[in-house]
Order: sequence, then structure tokens, then C-alpha cells
Amino acid sequence: MRVMEPKRFELPPGRAEEGFQDKKPLYTPAEAVAEANRCLYCSEAPCIQACPTAINIPEFIRKIGTGNTQGAARTILSANILGQSCAQVCPVEVLCAGSCVYTGWGREPINIGRLQRFAVEATLARKPNLFQAKPPTGKRIALVGSGPASIAAAGLLALEGHTCIIHERKAIPGGLNSLGIAPYKLKGPEALRELEWILSLGRIELRTGVEVVEQAQGPGQVSASELLASHDAVFLGLGLGADSRLGIPGEEGEGVQGATHLIERIKTEAGLKLQGVQRALVIGGGNTALDIAHELALLGVEVGMVYRRSEKEMGGYVHELEGARLDGVRLVENRQPVEILREGGKVVAVKLAATRDGKPVPGTEEQVPAELVVMAIGQERATGVARAFPGVELDARGRVKVEPATHRTGNAKVWSGGDCVNGGKEVVNAAAEAKIAVRDMQRHLAGE
Amino acid sequence: MADLSIDFCGVRSPNPFWLASAPPTNTGDQVMRAFDAGWGGAVWKTLGNPIVNVTSRFGGIDYGNTRLMGLNNIELITDRPLEVNLREMREVKRRYPKHTLIASLMVETKEEWREIIRKAEDTGADLLELNFGCPHGMCERGMGSAVGAEPKVLEEIARWAMEFAKVPVIIKLTPNVGDILEPGEAAVRAGVPAVSLINTVKSLMGVDLDRMVPLPRVGNASTNGGYCGPAVKPIALHLMSQLSRHPACGKLAISGIGGISHWRDAAEFIALGATSVQVCTAVMHYGYRIVEDMIEGLSDFLDEKGMKSVSELRGRAVPAYREWGELDLSYKLVAKIDADKCIGCQLCYVACMDGSHQCIHLPGRTEEESRRAGHTHIPKDIPHRGVTAKAGTPGARVPFVDEQECVGCNLCQLVCPVPECISMAEVPSGQPPETWNDRVAKGTDFVPGGLEATVAARKRSS
Ligand SMILES: Cc1cc2nc3c(=O)[nH]c(=O)nc-3n(C[C@H](O)[C@H](O)[C@H](O)COP(=O)(O)OP(=O)(O)OC[C@H]3O[C@@H](n4cnc5c(N)ncnc54)[C@H](O)[C@@H]3O)c2cc1C
Ligand SMILES: Cc1cc2nc3c(=O)[nH]c(=O)nc-3n(C[C@H](O)[C@H](O)[C@H](O)COP(=O)(O)O)c2cc1C
Ligand code: SF4
Ligand code: SF4
Ligand code: SF4
Repeated sequence: MRVMEPKRFELPPGRAEEGFQDKKPLYTPAEAVAEANRCLYCSEAPCIQACPTAINIPEFIRKIGTGNTQGAARTILSANILGQSCAQVCPVEVLCAGSCVYTGWGREPINIGRLQRFAVEATLARKPNLFQAKPPTGKRIALVGSGPASIAAAGLLALEGHTCIIHERKAIPGGLNSLGIAPYKLKGPEALRELEWILSLGRIELRTGVEVVEQAQGPGQVSASELLASHDAVFLGLGLGADSRLGIPGEEGEGVQGATHLIERIKTEAGLKLQGVQRALVIGGGNTALDIAHELALLGVEVGMVYRRSEKEMGGYVHELEGARLDGVRLVENRQPVEILREGGKVVAVKLAATRDGKPVPGTEEQVPAELVVMAIGQERATGVARAFPGVELDARGRVKVEPATHRTGNAKVWSGGDCVNGGKEVVNAAAEAKIAVRDMQRHLAGE
Repeated sequence: MADLSIDFCGVRSPNPFWLASAPPTNTGDQVMRAFDAGWGGAVWKTLGNPIVNVTSRFGGIDYGNTRLMGLNNIELITDRPLEVNLREMREVKRRYPKHTLIASLMVETKEEWREIIRKAEDTGADLLELNFGCPHGMCERGMGSAVGAEPKVLEEIARWAMEFAKVPVIIKLTPNVGDILEPGEAAVRAGVPAVSLINTVKSLMGVDLDRMVPLPRVGNASTNGGYCGPAVKPIALHLMSQLSRHPACGKLAISGIGGISHWRDAAEFIALGATSVQVCTAVMHYGYRIVEDMIEGLSDFLDEKGMKSVSELRGRAVPAYREWGELDLSYKLVAKIDADKCIGCQLCYVACMDGSHQCIHLPGRTEEESRRAGHTHIPKDIPHRGVTAKAGTPGARVPFVDEQECVGCNLCQLVCPVPECISMAEVPSGQPPETWNDRVAKGTDFVPGGLEATVAARKRSS
């Protein structure tokens, strides 16, 4: 197979996401050098230990300071091939920057994410030949899903000289990186440009609109058994499934949307209008709930976030809640929706009950007006197909079981990583897990 | 309030803060604004026969986020007509009679010196400063540092000046010499009452790596310039102190120059023997306004130390500047880390590991790990101290100093980013004070373990 011409994936113009401004815009060179010079260049630096991909942070920051921007990008990308999107989407407050010695010192930590973005973005814009794929090995690897886990794995495998064929059921590749990340962090086209750069690294073919299923019924589907038979190894990067539902009266019908579904529309749909929506209630207390609440607030909607426990028990990050509040999101703690009220089919209000220990207390219901209700209470599993690979097992929570040190599943030819394994973490975890898996796949493919 | 006024060779100055001969003293307008801001004196930009300058003229060196740690220039003496300068000097002296006006001069022949000294004195200048220091351009024409580096020539011209001048003469020295005492002693022989130092240090500021031309660039070439600014202060302090503690040169009045930016720098120069100090780079960087802090800071400092005047501070630190052979070999310091201040950056660790004596340890390592990291001496107990919540990152460790092995070099303290986190504590060595010179006197100035030839020679001579 010839090396694929870098294909470009386009999103339609006029998307709502285009109106969002970066919360952490690209540094100018002068800003980057000034910030880099603030870094202490710690030895045994705690920031490295806090990075799931263990990027040598002091080293790349020092290189920015000396004007060696390309070297900085090399340091970053050789530890984390998704260095561009991670720079923009990582919750640095709880990862590297949260561990920066300045944080403990009570001072502003180094803006590691923004420095990383500067180094990678400035370098990739110049289309350098940072990495050279090894000569073809003739080995073929199938990857299921084109989210960060699969893309990172494919890039690393391609650099080893293997041929990768990625199967993505959606028309737009990239998984949640292109379809789910808050647009004030990373917009769809930015994720797609990074993805295209990785595809250009070696022999990678990306097939969109192809779903891997247990038993293919027709075009657009491929059977698990067929993948296994025609490839030397398989990587499952399935991510998570559709938004979960509460199952309360009034939930079916327009005006109630799943959070990731609505975010995907904000990011991909041309001319999306939230007609007649002035007030929205977001149900949930995790980061997805915070993201959609924050995005709706920035679109001018009055947003209440309804969480069934107290603020301090929320799963979402403190810094994300802070940011959402600054943009107008209101948190309604210790409440749970018990019914969605409609008039003429349209949502007009939600009946909320007070909760004790996360359970509704009867007789405490009150009506809160809203035209839009967004369910952000979690995502279902999309891992059913994994079982179609003999030997692959799921745990009680529907996650693909792997050996932690190798990310190999119960099938000796199948590896897995990302949200479908860890139950839903960050892009950087998907990248880190892909790295572990590829290291082991490489040993296996080399016949060790 | 302490008296900041000084007596420099009989000339009274309102304070010891003078502007050095440089762009800040180019014109009368500038000097008058400087006097209004609080400067006590000004050495006018060097007068002589008119010259032409090139573009560009300055190069800077930054360190991290700090700009102009050092500055270099390739400009020559004043590029204005002599008469204009003289007229403005006269005007300044008329309007500011109590301020100190110093004429800086650089010409070649005896007759030129005679004429320029007369003209300078006619303006009412209080002092003359002979520029024997400029290390670029003018020296190629036999002036500036070409004079300063030739004690005989220096002495001869200084004698002419002493013959012609009615006001006291200062000789401005160049640091671009092997031994500063040679020009210093020549100045003493010529009978001048004062010296000023340092002029700039010969330098190239860098290279434009795209054009392959050194900096600062003039078209497609460059030339060496004179280096000054904060980076040269230690060099200036050393050269000046060499003169201060010299029996003959130490009697001269000294105007200290080189990297002075604030009152503390000034106090240090005065403590090492300066009567007045001169400033150029800091003013070129921040403007005349910096003198406010200099006046206030020095005044408060003198009050705090119970000194009534600047002259009480002058030379106080000179006696403590000794030869290496006079230092106490029994004095011992060790590094102490304040666990409550440490932020866990491990910079002290890596500095001591790679740049000193491998005696800072990271807690939580096995002996095997410590040896692999490069330690040869492993202390019995390495306490595991986590960085405290108040100042530090969870999980970060406070390094541990093996005091037995610490040589007290200061390195860790110098690299630690947290003020007062590492201190150097005096520990009793159990030995009476003893210097190397004491050992020489006693004949015990021998450390075993050296060369065979040395040992053999020692045997022969004893
Ligand atoms: C709203 C939201 C916001 C987020 N914000 C951040 C953030 O700011 N920072 C951060 O680091 N992380 C964030 N995350 C998490 C992050 O997006 C995920 O951890 C990451 O995308 C996981 O990558 P993945 O490859 O495992 O899965 P995914 O990104 O979900 O990709 C899986 C892909 O596999 C495809 N697929 C699944 N099954 C099949 C099949 N059978 N056949 C073919 N294709 C299939 C899917 O269509 C999808 O494209 C966010 C997540 C959400 C939901
Ligand atoms: C602590 C210290 C000790 C030094 N000892 C020596 C020495 O014994 N012999 C020598 O030739 N240079 C010695 N040097 C000078 C260095 O080799 C080097 O020339 C100087 O530090 C300038 O380089 P740098 O400022 O770029 O580090 C020493 C420097 C330092 C800082
Ligand atoms: S901990 Fe902070 S200061 Fe230290 S190396 Fe990392 S980013 Fe730089
Ligand atoms: S003073 Fe010098 S030898 Fe002692 S611990 Fe610090 S760096 Fe090491
Ligand atoms: S340099 Fe200072 S702050 Fe850093 S680890 Fe050492 S003692 Fe702690």
C-alpha cells in the first residue's frame, strides 16, 4: 500500500462552535519565552510525574526559552504524540501545573499547557520532518474507532513501519477530540488538523462510516472475525456510548437532549439555533455537565446545573466549576428532576425534588421553568462489540479488561485503551494507554 | 539624617551620586534634568576633537527575563561641536553652582591638552577627568585605553595635565590591563590626586547567526566594544579594591564606576574605598529617576548603622579584603535546609550532585539507588521529610544534606529559588584558626598526595 496522501476532513461553516473564543489562546513567541524563563528547570520535577505520558516538561520549557522551539516540540511529541490537543484540553490544574512547585509555593504555576501548545503549534505549522517512519514491516494492524486512543496508537505503530487501518463508524473521525471537547479549548478543525498530521506520519488508512460489529449485515459494517483473520493485531479504541437517560416522565421528545449529543451538534452542525431557549437545566455533576452548561451559558442561555448531591461531592473539577460560574452558570445542589413538564409538546418546566443522600425526598417537589433539559448523567458502554473478539472480557462496569502493564486483552492478538478501558478519563490517558499498548504490540509483532 | 555630601579632592558635592561620562551627560538639558532629579554631579560626555559615529552603536545581553544584564557600545566621544558643549557646561554651572561638574577630556598632543584644559576650566568645571579608558575606536588612534594600558604614556600625559590644570585632575582607568596597579602607580607618580574606574571592558556581544556578523552590527561588520552594566560590577569592585588597599594608590580619591544600579551597589563601592560613584548603564536603562532610591536608601542605611556621613562608610570593608593565603583554613560552614520553606524543586540536589560534592540526598532511596545516582558516601539515616502543605507540592521531598560531607561551598544556597530556605551555618571545626601563610611560616605548607617531583624537590631543599 502506498503512503496515503494526507486527506483533509472538513466541517461545514457556520457552526455554533466557531463563535467561541479560546480561553487559553496561543502565546506569541515573546510571551512564550517570558513564561518559559519563569520555569525553575527542576530536577526530578514533580510536573513530569504528574503527566500521564511523562513528558519531560522542564526540558521542553528550557528549549522554548533558548529559542529551540522545534526541539521543544520533539521532546513533547516523542512522549505524547497527541501533544497538540493535550496542550489545549488537558486539565493541567489537576495534572502537571497542579504539581508545579510554584503551586505549592502559593504562586502562579507555570502555564505548561500553553507553553506546550506554543511549541507544538509553532513547529507543526512549519511542517518539519520531526519523525521518520521505519521501513515497511508488512504487518497490518486494524484499529477500531478513531478517537485519541486509536489515533495515538496508529501514529506510533506507523512510525514502527506497520500498516494501520482505522475503522470509524462516524463520518467525522477523531472521536470526542473532534466532537466532544469544549470549543473554547479545542475546536473540531484543530483536532482534525492534528489527526491529519498523525495520519501523514506513515502508512495509515482511515475508513470512516465503517462500523465494526459482531456479524456484518451489509455495507458500512465489518465483522470482528474478519478483522481478526485479516490482520496481525487489533486495537480497540471504542470510547463510550450514547448519553444515559434518567427514565422519568416527559423525558422522551424534543427539548430534552443528551449532553454529548448536543455538544456534537454545537461542534458540527451548520447554523444550529437554540430557538426559543432562554433557560436550560443541565442534569449532572461531572465534567460533561460542566462543559455543556458552560457552553450554553456562553451561547447566551440562562443555565442552571442540577446536581443530586452537594457541591463538594461533585465529580467535576473545581476549576471548571469556577470557570463556568464566572460565565454565569448557576449550581442547584441537592436536587433531582422527577418529571419534565410539557405544554403542547414543548418543555416548559422541570419538577425538581430535594434529595437526601442523592435520593429524592417525596413531597419536596418544586417547578423550575426551562425550555431545554440536557442530560449529563453519564454515558452508556459501547463495548458490546468487544465480546465478539474471542477471549476479550468486560468487567462488571462494562469496561474492556486488559493487563495494566501491556494493555493486552484476553485475546493474544487484541489490545485496547482509552475510555472503553478506563471508563472515561482524559485524552492524555488515552494517549498514555495507547503508548503502553503499542510497546507491547511491537514486542509481539517483532516475534518476541 | 546622615550627611550625604562628600569632599572630593576639596570639591564639595551634595551627594556621592554622579553621572558617568556617557550619553546621559551629552547635553546641558539632560544634565540639568539629572540635577533636578537629585544627581550630585555629572561627568560630561568626553570632549575632544569632533568625531563621527556609526549606526548601530549598542549591544545588550539579557539573562532569562532580565534585560540588559550587560550593555556594550561602540560609540566614540562627543559628536557635538566643542563650542556647543562648552557653552552648555558654562550654563549648567551658572544655574547649578552647588552641583559638581566634571569635564571629561580626550585629545592627543601636549598642545591640544593645554588648550582643552583651559577651555574646560573656563566653563567653571570643578574637576577634570582624563579619559584613558575607552577601549574601542579611540584606542586605535592612540587615545583612550591605548594610554591607560601604557603606564609610561599615561604618566607623561598626566604630568602635562597637572602642569596645565588649576582644578583637581582625575584619571579614568581602563580595566583592560593585566595589573591595575601599574596604571595606578603611574598616576601616583604623576602626582594626580584622584582616579576613577572602571571604564568599559573590551567585548563582542554575540553573533547574528543568520548573517554571521558579530553584534552590534554595522552593515555587514562589527567591532569590539566596551562592556558595562550590572554584569561588570564584580570586576569593577575587584579592580577598585586593588587600588584602595595599595599603600600609595589607596591615598588617591577614587570615583567608583561599573554596574552600579542602586544604593546597595553604591554602598558596596564606598565600603571598598570609593568617595563618589558614577552611573551610566542603569540610567540609560531606567532614566535619571533611579537616583531617588539611591539617595534615600544610602541615607537610611547610614542612619541604621549609626554612621553620620558617607565618609564614615568609606573603606570600611577594605581591611577584610585579603590574600587567599590569609584566609582561615579552620573556618567551617555547612548547608542547612529549612524544611518548612523548601518547595521540592531539587535544584540544590542536582547542583551538588553534578557541580559540587554529592552530599545532598533525596529521601526514599535505597542505598543501592543512592550509589547508582552517584553518591559515594551514604549517611546512615536520611529522614523522609515531605514538603509541607504550606510550601510545597504533595509528594515532593525535602532533600537532605549530609553535613559530614558538605564542604560548605554555598552552591546549593546560591541555586535555591526560595529566599532563606538554605542557610550556611557555622559549625565548630575543633581546630584553632590557621591560614596557609601560617603554615608557610611553620613549614607545614604541604598537602600529601601530589606529584613525585614535588615531593623529591621538597626533600632536597629541607
Ligand atoms: C463532553 C466531553 C468533554 C471532554 N472534555 C475533555 C477535556 O477537556 N480534556 C480531556 O482531556 N478530555 C476530555 N474528555 C474526555 C476525552 O474526550 C476522552 O477521554 C477521549 O476522547 C477518549 O478517547 P477514546 O479514543 O478512548 O474514545 P473516543 O474519543 O470516544 O473515540 C471512540 C471512537 O470510536 C468510535 N467507535 C466506537 N465503537 C465503534 C465501532 N464498533 N466501530 C467503529 N467505530 C467505533 C466512536 O465513534 C468514536 O469515534 C471529554 C469528554 C467528553 C464527553
Ligand atoms: C568554581 C569554579 C572553579 C574554577 N576552577 C578553574 C580551574 O581550576 N581551572 C581553570 O582553568 N578554570 C577554572 N574555572 C573557570 C572555568 O573553567 C571557566 O573558564 C569560567 O567559569 C568561565 O566559563 P563560564 O562562565 O561560562 O562558566 C573555574 C570556574 C568556577 C566557577
Ligand atoms: S515543576 Fe514547575 S517550575 Fe519545576 S520544572 Fe515543572 S513546570 Fe518548571
Ligand atoms: S554547600 Fe556545597 S557541598 Fe555543601 S551541600 Fe551545598 S552544594 Fe553541597
Ligand atoms: S533548592 Fe531549595 S527549594 Fe529546591 S529542593 Fe533544594 S532546598 Fe528545597
